[in-house]
Amino acid sequence: MVSYIIRRLLIAIPTILILIVASFFLIQYAPGGPFTSERPLPPAVLANLEARYGLDQPLWKQLWDYLTNIVLHFDFGPSFKFKDRDVNDIIAQGFPISLTYGSLAFIAATVVGVGLGVAAAIRHNSWIDYAAVSMGIGAQALPNFIMGPILILVFTLWLGWLPGGGWNGGQWQYLIMPVIALSTSYMGNIARLTRSSMLEVLNSNFIRTARAKGLPTRTVIWRHAMKPTLLPVVSYLGPVFVYVLTGSVFVDLYFSTGGLGAAYVGSALTRDYAVLLGVTILYGTLTVLVNLLTDLAYAWFDPKIRY
Amino acid sequence: MKHMSKLALATLLSSTMLTGVAIAESHVPEGVTLAEDQTFTYRQLDEFSSLDPQIVEDVDGSDVVRDLFEGLMNQDAEGNLVPGVATGYEASEDKMTYTFTLREDAKWSNGDPVTAGDFVYAWRRAADPETASPYQWFMELMSIENAAEIVAGEADPETLGVTAVDDYTLVVKLTAPLPYFPQMTTHSTTFPSPQAVIEEFGADWTKPENMVSNGAYVLEEHLPGERSVRVRNEMYWDNANTIIDRVVALVINDENVALTRYLADELDRTDIPAGQYPRLSEEYPDEAVSFPRLCNYYYTFNVSDSGPEAFKDVNVRKALALAVDRDIIAEKVMQGGQPPAYTFTPAAVAGFEPPALDWAGMDQAERDQMAKDLLAEAGYGPDNPLSFEMVYNTSDAHEKVAVALSQLWKQKLGVEATLANMEWKVFLEERGNQNFEMARGAWCGDYNEASTFLDLLDSASGYNDGKYSNERVDELLEQAKTSDDTGPLYAEVEQILYDEMPVIPIYHYAGVYMLDGDLGGWPVDNVEQNWYSKDLYKIVE
Repeated sequence: MVSYIIRRLLIAIPTILILIVASFFLIQYAPGGPFTSERPLPPAVLANLEARYGLDQPLWKQLWDYLTNIVLHFDFGPSFKFKDRDVNDIIAQGFPISLTYGSLAFIAATVVGVGLGVAAAIRHNSWIDYAAVSMGIGAQALPNFIMGPILILVFTLWLGWLPGGGWNGGQWQYLIMPVIALSTSYMGNIARLTRSSMLEVLNSNFIRTARAKGLPTRTVIWRHAMKPTLLPVVSYLGPVFVYVLTGSVFVDLYFSTGGLGAAYVGSALTRDYAVLLGVTILYGTLTVLVNLLTDLAYAWFDPKIRY
Repeated sequence: MKHMSKLALATLLSSTMLTGVAIAESHVPEGVTLAEDQTFTYRQLDEFSSLDPQIVEDVDGSDVVRDLFEGLMNQDAEGNLVPGVATGYEASEDKMTYTFTLREDAKWSNGDPVTAGDFVYAWRRAADPETASPYQWFMELMSIENAAEIVAGEADPETLGVTAVDDYTLVVKLTAPLPYFPQMTTHSTTFPSPQAVIEEFGADWTKPENMVSNGAYVLEEHLPGERSVRVRNEMYWDNANTIIDRVVALVINDENVALTRYLADELDRTDIPAGQYPRLSEEYPDEAVSFPRLCNYYYTFNVSDSGPEAFKDVNVRKALALAVDRDIIAEKVMQGGQPPAYTFTPAAVAGFEPPALDWAGMDQAERDQMAKDLLAEAGYGPDNPLSFEMVYNTSDAHEKVAVALSQLWKQKLGVEATLANMEWKVFLEERGNQNFEMARGAWCGDYNEASTFLDLLDSASGYNDGKYSNERVDELLEQAKTSDDTGPLYAEVEQILYDEMPVIPIYHYAGVYMLDGDLGGWPVDNVEQNWYSKDLYKIVE
């Protein structure tokens, strides 16, 4: 197991390196640059700006400097757009925010989604099932960019219960709407997955055996059916965790949370190469780690899997 | 003796207090009761690029910087020049040398006096290639001696034509007698900056805990992507007359969400999304406002070699321009009180008198008839229909206008215009490389004078993406840079632009805002929308 983890982490290094190099060149390929503006800068001014950010160097040199700065100083360079801040600054400020509401949304989606799915499967074809399925489908049909404005309209304008946006250091009033907006569609998916997976498991031979032994339903569900039911759900949860962090751009845009999602998309639109690359590396690394965790979780859920 | 000095002190105190109160109420109309809580909260579209006055380049950032710092001159509610750190200036006979006299009571927020040296430092810093300011060119635009050479790296920043004769006298030497030079000193690039603080903290000097500023406000808090808060600067020379205590700028990207939050009383000011002004002005007549802005909106023909053959024919260009029913665009599409445009320069520009051009006086039926005749003359008709592609950057409002234009052309002239939208940077790149047939354009003035618009159509302008070139236009614009009477020159340029129609003016911008009824002093008559929180006030509800 330990040697497996070490092996996976070692493989992660070239993976991330390939990600950096590929992103580096792809970004250059996009039309326009960080200093393309409505009023084209006079050539002398453009030259000064490019010199300041090292863009006057050949591409291989830029890439080399970028990599050595990361390895030697853990420095991801200055932002081309936010001229008072560097990439480390931007990530240090935005990532904890994204991570906070992202994790909460992830937990909410998982707990409620699994709960709904299990309830629906156990009471198959009852009103609970129908209610859970409709809720699941409804939630799935409400992506966060639709939920956002609706929530603000209802809770801020009509009811006046919650502030319409902001973060305020993560105070609970400011967390509710972002977490709901971000979690609903995943919640629906998880509920649907859990329900069908559990229905399948409940019809399998070992469950029939367990029931035949006379075990109480609760034990059958929790001890025997739960783990195999969650196996497909877990493989879905890995990417979902990364999605709730990267897909948080709408949350940042609608709720002014100041997270990394808006900064990420903004950097792509303004060709802020350094920020775009920095956040890509962060999310890439995160994806690699989450995939590893998912694989390890498999072993726990399915005794047949051994590393 | 003791008695005397006490009396003198008392007199002094009461007189300063008296003048203080008298002036404090001078920008508040009589009969208005001020609110207890003087907090002004507004929406900003995006996180600002910087709070460094020499580096900031966006509107949102400039609004904040204008509160935090004060330049030589300010603008009043009508956009007229009023004293800032300078009490006034004198121009030499040849208008090539300006001498500004600085007030002696201006202080930085750490208590240090604001001196002429602070301006010299800031202006050199703006031009210095080391600073790498995207607004370096502004120093060139101001025609300051040696600015161009410094930006090009051919001269030392110390050689910039600006000197501190003493702590309170600043002398600026120009390379051309720019008539609008004093107006340019209200721009954030020219604000002073604190040398000692910048040298101590480097790029981190604009963080709230490090920042020292000389404006009516200081930065209290900055949470990127969320909000920034500025509070009164107790050291500001005119602090006694400042009424707003606290200014909160909330970053809200989506204008509909911003409007919802405004209606939920979280904001005092927000923009009205396109098309919603009629409804809002009916529901909230005291809050929805629309006033002319210093911006134009147009479509440019590509008249360069890479452009379509059809657009090289002036009759085609004119026909398309004439067939645009600007009232429909303004009243049915934009619906925000935008004035229809028959000149490139907005009528709201100071000192600009729009010339009496034929088409402005016609009704739309006459224009349509003329358009049909011109297009037929150019050889286009039912059996040889004109077709081209029009590009614009991706946005709901731009799309609505483009759809309306193509419909108008199709109905009236049988012209087939296909629409293509592009992401902003791609759009700029394609338009800048003349990779288009017809493209959207818009411009907001850098200063309140017609040349900020008309210069765009100078053959040498970097923004002249249609590559229109007319020697007479270039000549007139050159003359205008040093002329005392620019009116006839600009009128002649507009006449040529009408005759040759290199661009189709569509409308001029309007500022369309929701302004809370308890907010007073908003400068709706300042077409540049250079506003200062120190001039605002909150009224008791």
